[in-house]
Amino acid sequence: MSVRKPLPRWADLILLPFINLCAAFFVCGIVVWIIGENPWNALIVMIKGAFIYPGSLGYTLYYTTNFIFTGLAVATAFHANLFNIGGEGQAYVGSLGILLATALFAPYLPGIFVILLCIVCSALMGAAWALIPGYLQAKRGSHVVITTIMFNFLASALMVWLLAGPLIQIGQQSPQSDLIPKNAHLPSAETFFGWFGIDVASSPLNLSFLVALIALFVFWVLIWKTRLGYEIRAVGKNQDAANYAGINVSRTIIITMTISGAFAGLLAINEVMGVQHRAILNFTAGYGFTGIAVALMGRNHPIGIFFASLLFGALFQGGAELDFEFKSITRDMVLLIQGMIILFSGALAYMFNPALSRILTRVLKGGEHDD
Amino acid sequence: MIEFFFQFLWALDATLRVATPLMLCAMAGIFSERSGIVDISLEGKLLSGAFVAATIASLTGSAWLGLGGAICASVLMSLLHGFACITHKGDQVVSGVAINFLASGLTVILGIAIFKRGGQTPTLSSDERFRPIELWFVDILDNIPILGSVYRELISGHSLLVYVALICVPVASFILYRTRFGLRLRAVGESPIAVDSAGVSVTWLRYRALIVGGVFCGIAGAYLSISHGANFVREMSAGKGYIALAAVIFGNWRPIRAFWACLMFGFLDAITSRLQGVDLPIIGEIPSQLMVALPYIMTILLLSGFIGRPSPPSAIGLPYRK
Repeated sequence: MSVRKPLPRWADLILLPFINLCAAFFVCGIVVWIIGENPWNALIVMIKGAFIYPGSLGYTLYYTTNFIFTGLAVATAFHANLFNIGGEGQAYVGSLGILLATALFAPYLPGIFVILLCIVCSALMGAAWALIPGYLQAKRGSHVVITTIMFNFLASALMVWLLAGPLIQIGQQSPQSDLIPKNAHLPSAETFFGWFGIDVASSPLNLSFLVALIALFVFWVLIWKTRLGYEIRAVGKNQDAANYAGINVSRTIIITMTISGAFAGLLAINEVMGVQHRAILNFTAGYGFTGIAVALMGRNHPIGIFFASLLFGALFQGGAELDFEFKSITRDMVLLIQGMIILFSGALAYMFNPALSRILTRVLKGGEHDD
Repeated sequence: MIEFFFQFLWALDATLRVATPLMLCAMAGIFSERSGIVDISLEGKLLSGAFVAATIASLTGSAWLGLGGAICASVLMSLLHGFACITHKGDQVVSGVAINFLASGLTVILGIAIFKRGGQTPTLSSDERFRPIELWFVDILDNIPILGSVYRELISGHSLLVYVALICVPVASFILYRTRFGLRLRAVGESPIAVDSAGVSVTWLRYRALIVGGVFCGIAGAYLSISHGANFVREMSAGKGYIALAAVIFGNWRPIRAFWACLMFGFLDAITSRLQGVDLPIIGEIPSQLMVALPYIMTILLLSGFIGRPSPPSAIGLPYRK
């Protein structure tokens, strides 16, 4: 048996992920067909709902913003071979940073500083929530996979208690915090373009999208252009080798988890400062888990993460459209698509590898057999 | 005093009901993890089992067919997990996450397609469910003061699946520690290469462990929707699979200890609703969210070695490559 040649770079980076994605959609299509609807029509409805209808692009990009943050969180941890399932909880707790910052600074400082401080504080709170699992893995040997799952439940319990108790809006029955002050609101896309006299449709899209793009760039610089990023990747490839090369492994693990949590915490700025203007119950709505799919599909690279986020943004927005157009398929379809994408681009990522490499060798060598 | 005794008895009774799916899922988790496969997909298997049980029971009118269907569905999920992380050596955590998503999505999509009730299944009548069973001699033992009440309230009057769960624990322990299959299963979680060089198939052994786990989760799912409850509601597993996983860890990957952990977590759950708004002496009112968080906090403390020393299977999470 000959040793199989690795795939060419372009095939590994573009062709294989594309095939995996198609496989995921194909299986979902079969499910749609089984329940008696036309999968092709469903796809058209989703594309229209995500990009064509007025304002829909804004919604798509608003969801994209969330997925960029949570995707970056998962990807950062992946580079150190850590699995952060806790993006959900870290984002949830991130909102506390914003509430804290607005309470402390909003009465005294002008808007721009308040906004910057809020952004920093949401990242810090997310970071703190990930720091504990990171510390426990590095120093006490408990695995982050399990501890971050548990921390999601802890975050949920903590937030329910806070939002229904100490932080509840006066005179309100439903668990939600007070509105944050006006000067801590992030301008919506409508307002922003309005400043330049451009008319765009109303949507929840806001300036946190720009913060997400900056975060993508920061992530790229961090992972590939800094010493810390090198250490993170070294620890991810081989802890023993990294240790032997003089890298402090447990310190790197803790820092990686902290940065990962900071990215997740930033999700709160989109929801709390950009859209809801308050912390509400379950505002994270599963975005943290979707970050896993985003990172897997985006191959932990900022460009990949951007397009994967865009895809999921489109799925979430387009999926909502399914509710209106079909009787028997709803936005829950998106959960299935996510599951399939995680399965095919994550757990089964290399299932098609042998077949693909056989076909490619044959095609590239013009039908010559090599095995 | 009598009042308190009955309060306590009812709390224990509720504990048993809440702990049943936890026990079954914990046994599933132990089989899977002792064979070296991380199983965070307990939640998804539980959910799909619950859905299929309620659907089939509602369509056919038979609780037994529902149970059978639930086991099949849950085993199928296990096989998918195995296909991804045993056959294709994919990441076990990623595969588990995928299965949980698939279960959340599929149960609702199929539920809407079949019943058109927004993801719920129709309420089952009492002969489509596993009803409480009155055990023998309840009336005779009733004359004995304390023992009679314990027997009537706590031991008798549960559905068949509760007793099945209680039997599953010693059975799981027996299989793991007293049979050749169990010995090999534990060995493959510690050192697959040793098992392989002894001429036993690592792949088939791990598949079998996952299938056994699938059966347990299927029964647990059926318990949720056609015994404890009377229909399927979306996301009705509500994190129980994760609590069971915590119980596996808390029980140090051993059936009997995990059983006690399930009872403890179940007890916390059972008294949470009872303590709501109650002013206890000295400590005052306990926030119910603290009670909800307690199992997770205890598991984290245990995992981090602050209480006891966890000893997970050595080869857990690692795909076996020859």
